[in-house]
Amino acid sequence: MARITMREAISQALWEEMERDPKVFIMGEEVGVWGGTYAVTKGFYDHFGEERVRDTPIAEAAIVGGAIGAALTGTRPVAELMTINFAFAAMDHIVNEAAKLHYMFGGQFVLPLVIRAVGGGGRQLGATHSQTPDAVFAHFPGLKVVAPGTPQDAKGLLKAAIRCDDPVLFIEHATLYQTRGEVPDGDFTIPIGKSTVQRPGSDVTIVTYSKMLEVSLKAAERLSKEDGIEVEIVDLRTLRPLDMEPVIESFKKTNRAVVVEEGWKSFGVGSEIVSRIYEEAFDYVDAPVKRVAQKEVPLPYNRSLEQMALPQVEDVISAVKEVLDV
Amino acid sequence: MDKSEYLKLYQEMVVIRRLEERAAELYQQGKIGGFLHLYIGQEAVSTGLVAARRPQDRIITAYRDHGVAINVGVSADKVMAELLGKATGTSKGKGGSMHLADVEKNFFGGHAIVGAHLPIAAGLALGDKYQGNDAVTICMFGDGATNIGFFHEALNMSKVWNLPVLWVVENNQYGMGTSIERASAVIEMTQKAQGYGMQSARVDGMNLLEVYEKAKEMIEAIRGGSGPMFLEAMTYRFRGHSMGDPERYRKQDEVHKWQENDPIGIYRRNLIEKGIASAEELDAQDDEAFTIVDKAVEFAENSPEPSPDQLFEDIYVSEQC
Repeated sequence: MARITMREAISQALWEEMERDPKVFIMGEEVGVWGGTYAVTKGFYDHFGEERVRDTPIAEAAIVGGAIGAALTGTRPVAELMTINFAFAAMDHIVNEAAKLHYMFGGQFVLPLVIRAVGGGGRQLGATHSQTPDAVFAHFPGLKVVAPGTPQDAKGLLKAAIRCDDPVLFIEHATLYQTRGEVPDGDFTIPIGKSTVQRPGSDVTIVTYSKMLEVSLKAAERLSKEDGIEVEIVDLRTLRPLDMEPVIESFKKTNRAVVVEEGWKSFGVGSEIVSRIYEEAFDYVDAPVKRVAQKEVPLPYNRSLEQMALPQVEDVISAVKEVLDV
Repeated sequence: MDKSEYLKLYQEMVVIRRLEERAAELYQQGKIGGFLHLYIGQEAVSTGLVAARRPQDRIITAYRDHGVAINVGVSADKVMAELLGKATGTSKGKGGSMHLADVEKNFFGGHAIVGAHLPIAAGLALGDKYQGNDAVTICMFGDGATNIGFFHEALNMSKVWNLPVLWVVENNQYGMGTSIERASAVIEMTQKAQGYGMQSARVDGMNLLEVYEKAKEMIEAIRGGSGPMFLEAMTYRFRGHSMGDPERYRKQDEVHKWQENDPIGIYRRNLIEKGIASAEELDAQDDEAFTIVDKAVEFAENSPEPSPDQLFEDIYVSEQC
């Protein structure tokens, strides 16, 4: 075990997979000479060369479309979108091509493709560069959508994504890159489509993922210390295919739940999780399930306004207390 | 080409024509659903292009894709079965008319979003270049596709990276019902290629041999490392954009004028004038094409519907990764 940052974990996953399999290559804006705008691919260009660490024009449809085409020839491209906000410029290729080709052509086309995209708010980048539109992408059958919250999961899930024969959208949270955590030594993968319990507890279930795992863990520590409330946290890790088993199992034990997501509440991840809980475990419901999410505004630039719009530890604590009626 | 190859191309064009005429009837009978875009009038373009490629060369096109499917050697049976949504179709009945493909024949579809397959074509060429494959990607699209951003992103990237791709615009002069003059800043598509520093040429797309010869020259130059090239084939669709097109945007006189330049008629005359084939031999090809298409319709009509469990098949290669 080594204690490394999320950035190092993702970087290691890419490096190790490129060393392991010559069919893996990276393409995206500033991934090469620059070293990645978030420094994830620093040193890659010098080591692997320009064919395998390919700087692209600023042309997201060509990046994702190009990666799809290259994947169809049997290579395993990892396309990087500088931010997930730019994915909208490649939306057709993600939604109408990547998510459809295997099914629509009767299984003939195989797309071993990873699209890495950086998402999330909290850095005063304004409304167009701060979104958490994960639920939008999780809407489409045919796509796999992964959003890790710990360095260990990031490394294991990214390695799994690169080895996967299906298109995977891998969402990294911009404010998690410096987060440290224990990561096993050597080669390992974490299966896509498996939720997991990140903190055991008995009183209430929090369902969350990505950055909001960090926020939820902080809330859980305070609730434990200050109020003696023991929160169980289930980390979705993958939004599609969605694994509800650990969520339902936990809920049947606690009978109360809060869903914490960074994206907007309307039509969001929480909407889906709450519905599934009611559909699959209605008899176990002791209190209405609550959602903590982003305020329904385009994220403002001003620091305090932006923080007001984003879910905070205090919001999670209040929601937990509300479902426990304390 | 030897005689049998010349005859084969003639038969391909006639099979495409007959197959689509039958498809139009089956559509009117409600046996084919959704959209049906006929290639009638443009057959010489795909036939010439596919004849000019080597087996390892990839081809990708838009939704007017029945021609390419026949040209690459997908059986008329499988094409017709896909149009009827049957389990025996090219895409197991899940793709329909706009989504024919055959990976084993290096035919990568059949794409229904205008221009979206151009970046994918650049990617196919990138994959080949990356792996050192001796293959060229041929990407066909209509003049309408040259006005969408995908076209420009793809052409630019292909030139910047010197990718082995031949861009082929089938200039049939209408994007659906909007004429090229009303939709495009320039009406010679080669001008757009020049904007990307790309070598280009314009051919008579109604003349199979002209398409074939120019395409062959360009494909081999690209294989030799020239980088991407651009071919504009001037053509015309004799039918509407799709079934149910009221055709208010063009005069029947214009259609008739183009029909006098029927690509099958031109090629037929060519073969007879050059002494390659006699009228009787070509008539025999016509008869055979009728038989092939009759059999295809019978095959398709008698084929099973996809089983209900097919609904959830092929969403992913594997649910767990």
